[in-house]
Amino acid sequence: MSDLSLSDVTQNYYDVLKEIGNIGAGNAMTALSQMLGCKIDMGVPQVDLLDFSDVGTAIGGEEQIMVGVFLGVEGDITGSMLFLVEQKSAKYLINKVMMGMGDPGEEFTEMELSAMQEVGNIITGAYLNSLSTLTNLKIYPSPPALTVDMAGAILSVPAIEFGIYGDQILMIQSKFFDEVQIDGYFILVPDVESYKKILTSLGLPV
Amino acid sequence: MSEIIKVGMADLKTCLPPNGITTLGLGSCVGIALRDKNNKVGGLAHIMLPDSTVIANQTNVAKFADTGIVELLKQMEKFGAVRRNVVAKIAGGATMFALSSRTNLNVGERNVEAVKAKLKELGIPILAEDTGLNFGRTVVFYPETGDYVIKAVGKPEKVI
Repeated sequence: MSDLSLSDVTQNYYDVLKEIGNIGAGNAMTALSQMLGCKIDMGVPQVDLLDFSDVGTAIGGEEQIMVGVFLGVEGDITGSMLFLVEQKSAKYLINKVMMGMGDPGEEFTEMELSAMQEVGNIITGAYLNSLSTLTNLKIYPSPPALTVDMAGAILSVPAIEFGIYGDQILMIQSKFFDEVQIDGYFILVPDVESYKKILTSLGLPV
Repeated sequence: MSEIIKVGMADLKTCLPPNGITTLGLGSCVGIALRDKNNKVGGLAHIMLPDSTVIANQTNVAKFADTGIVELLKQMEKFGAVRRNVVAKIAGGATMFALSSRTNLNVGERNVEAVKAKLKELGIPILAEDTGLNFGRTVVFYPETGDYVIKAVGKPEKVI
């Protein structure tokens, strides 16, 4: 374990994550827009520091079925990243990527899950790339893993990583619009050692 | 009128019949249902991490397997539960994403191990479990009967 604990990881930590989140989500949306070949509007990202008990309610209930794409982050900094989309939004997004060839049912086909994984891969890649450019640190995403499950269960993964430091989780919610509104969430969880590196690279004292 | 008490993430509560107690969307976390089989005093803990001793910040005892079980037992004793009559059922501890590069992703497995070790240390037998694999679970526990109902996406409901 690092000698840095939550008592040291103060407001600065969240401010930095918030700024990174804003930049990252913006770039991710640009990538998505290019992929779909249409203009996508993005709402102002909402950054929330939530108690574990409120996490579920914030995204429509712990039992809300969502698609989660999870990546490990390696290189100069380490950590993990999660891209989360509500089931219906994911279905809409996939159908768009597949040029209307998606399955009309509620369930996801193998092909659709594969497409979703690729969408997640590309937009989280854009997110991490912008972070890399910003900090001048080498950041490599691992191949993505995907699951369709209850929001509470998916969110337990980043929550546990935050749980090592405290009792709250930082979520950056990005709403993006095309003809319909799509709710997507990005959650970036740098390891505590990486947090120091990010701060240093941005010229902030640790 | 019976009601269903809700337990959040890193949280624990006691429950008396005829009420039930639930926690929604367990992923890698573990839901530990305890029950005094004589007087039916029950409780549920939703723990996130295996071990409080390796972590500096441990203000929330319900977050850890070791401290969470002890605290739940303590609260149940206030309602008359007697430790030697207490039995356990556990669920959760899934591996939500299979990524070989992140070793701490097997936290689900470690949570289950830590829960079992603590229960053994306290002399509480585990009557049933539904743990591991790769999917989330919603659980409802009824201290009246000891039934532990487990629901998962796209799977039939089961009672352990």
